[in-house]
Amino acid sequence: MAIDAATVRKVARLARLAQPEETLEKLAGELNGIMNWIEQLNEVDTDGVEPMTSVVQVPTPMRADVVTEGGDPEVVLSNAPRRAGNFFVVPKVVE
Amino acid sequence: MTEKSKVIEGRTGPWEIVLGLEVHAQVASNAKLFSGAAVGFGAGPNEQVSLVDAAMPGMLPVINGHCVEQAVKTGLGLKAQINLKSHFDRKNYFYPDLPQGYQISQYKHPIVGEGEVIVEHDDGSTFMVRIERLHLEQDAGKSLHDQDPGATYIDLNRAGTALMEIVSMPDMRSAEEAAAYVKKLRTILVYLGTSDGDMEKGNLRADVNVSVCRPGAYEKYRETGSFSHLGTRCEIKNVNSYRYIQQAIEYEARRQIEILEEGGSISQETRLFDPTKGETRSMRSKEEAHDYRYFPDPDLLPLDLDPAWVKAIEATLPELPDAKKARLQAQYGLTAYDAQVLITEQARADFYEEAAKGRDAKLTANWVTNDLAARLTAGGFAIEDSPIKPAGIAELVQLIEEGVISSKIAKDVFERMWAGEGAAGAIVEKQGLRQVSDTGELEAIIDKLIADNPGQAAQVKEKPQAIGWFVGQVMKATGGKANPGVINGMLRAKLGG
Repeated sequence: MAIDAATVRKVARLARLAQPEETLEKLAGELNGIMNWIEQLNEVDTDGVEPMTSVVQVPTPMRADVVTEGGDPEVVLSNAPRRAGNFFVVPKVVE
Repeated sequence: MTEKSKVIEGRTGPWEIVLGLEVHAQVASNAKLFSGAAVGFGAGPNEQVSLVDAAMPGMLPVINGHCVEQAVKTGLGLKAQINLKSHFDRKNYFYPDLPQGYQISQYKHPIVGEGEVIVEHDDGSTFMVRIERLHLEQDAGKSLHDQDPGATYIDLNRAGTALMEIVSMPDMRSAEEAAAYVKKLRTILVYLGTSDGDMEKGNLRADVNVSVCRPGAYEKYRETGSFSHLGTRCEIKNVNSYRYIQQAIEYEARRQIEILEEGGSISQETRLFDPTKGETRSMRSKEEAHDYRYFPDPDLLPLDLDPAWVKAIEATLPELPDAKKARLQAQYGLTAYDAQVLITEQARADFYEEAAKGRDAKLTANWVTNDLAARLTAGGFAIEDSPIKPAGIAELVQLIEEGVISSKIAKDVFERMWAGEGAAGAIVEKQGLRQVSDTGELEAIIDKLIADNPGQAAQVKEKPQAIGWFVGQVMKATGGKANPGVINGMLRAKLGG
């Protein structure tokens, strides 16, 4: 998979990263290097092998349906750059 | 299956609507899907938020087993395939009310696969909506845009609450069918106890996919399964009432037809319904974000369900609306209509069955679905809180059955029961409402009427239906307490009608 400057621009935008235009080509080159390196994995024959999404082979732990957390807005809001009462306040977002 | 398609006449010929719905139902649970914070309505801002919900670094999600059980239960209620293996994916997008920067959802492998829902039209006929899938996902927080002109306020109480997204196939062909489907789905969820289905609180909301096509195209799609026969669809987000669902669909279909008839084409997009203007508009902000870059969530292990556990859940399923309806019809000889009205709420059907024990089934159904239902609605009562209990209705029906009171007097007795004057029998005795079947007393009244109205009496011989006038007069003279059957018989004997 070849990554060009346009792809880098799009990915950066989706990740909300401000990437100066003049850095895109250089980044594309670096990312291509990384991708090529990872693509070596394609050399392994994985026909008929189920994709593995986790290396941990234990059943999913499940929690009981019991309230054990919350009830402390001060803790939750303690890192908020801006707050009003117990609300987080963020720059205006409009639909 | 959907013979009831609704044709819209355009300038260039007829069009048809095709609708598919994504319904988001909040899972009935105490705690959230991946944290131990409370789920609930009406708490102060950010009071029901854990550090997991706020996406603090290093916090890890642990799934709430009850929410998984609720999803499986819902799947079984929708006669759907339960996928013993499923997993969670991250759906990536940025919005301030989504602190993680991604929603944990199930993309490739949902917990529930294909199912079906049988839906009733208003006229009692039915159609089937195929369910494509049901998956578990997190809800987002709430953004308040109207508190400050330059800022948005965020409350994360809802963030992380478990939702079931139920995706239908495009099997609805009119706004009414879409609303009827949501109603039926809601009834099933409430019966199952897997969601309270409260639309006013936003616990049940729908995204509506609307497209239009020429007659015949939909049938081709059903034959071949190829969506290429259908028009391009637009998705109307977050419509949260039956009325808005219908309004949004009608507006959107007309908008699309207008564009197509002018030679334009529909671009697939997400739109928002504005209830105050009654129109849909493009949500440009969401368009660029459509690239969600799903990938398996590395914080969560795949869900691996034990078939025995699924079987155990299946054993706890209550009698569902369709089965209950069929049983009420078979067991009590009710019409499809009466049975349908009764099963709309589980509690109403229960109330009915208790009241109907040993009583006239049809008569009891009438009282429960008409007089009582009207009173309950007007007073804002749930049937569970009805001041008149099933035994009260049963006693009233018994009095009518035994001829102690007429149906007309029964209405009066019912009103007095509602007003808290006591049980039906006691009211009848106290108010002297017992039907007069005493022929001696009635004979005197009738003889006097005939003597006073010889013209009318003579008329009955030629026009037997003129007897009705006498029946009315006797009723009037007895304050409605005369037994109409007895009067009729006596009048016939005397007047030869």
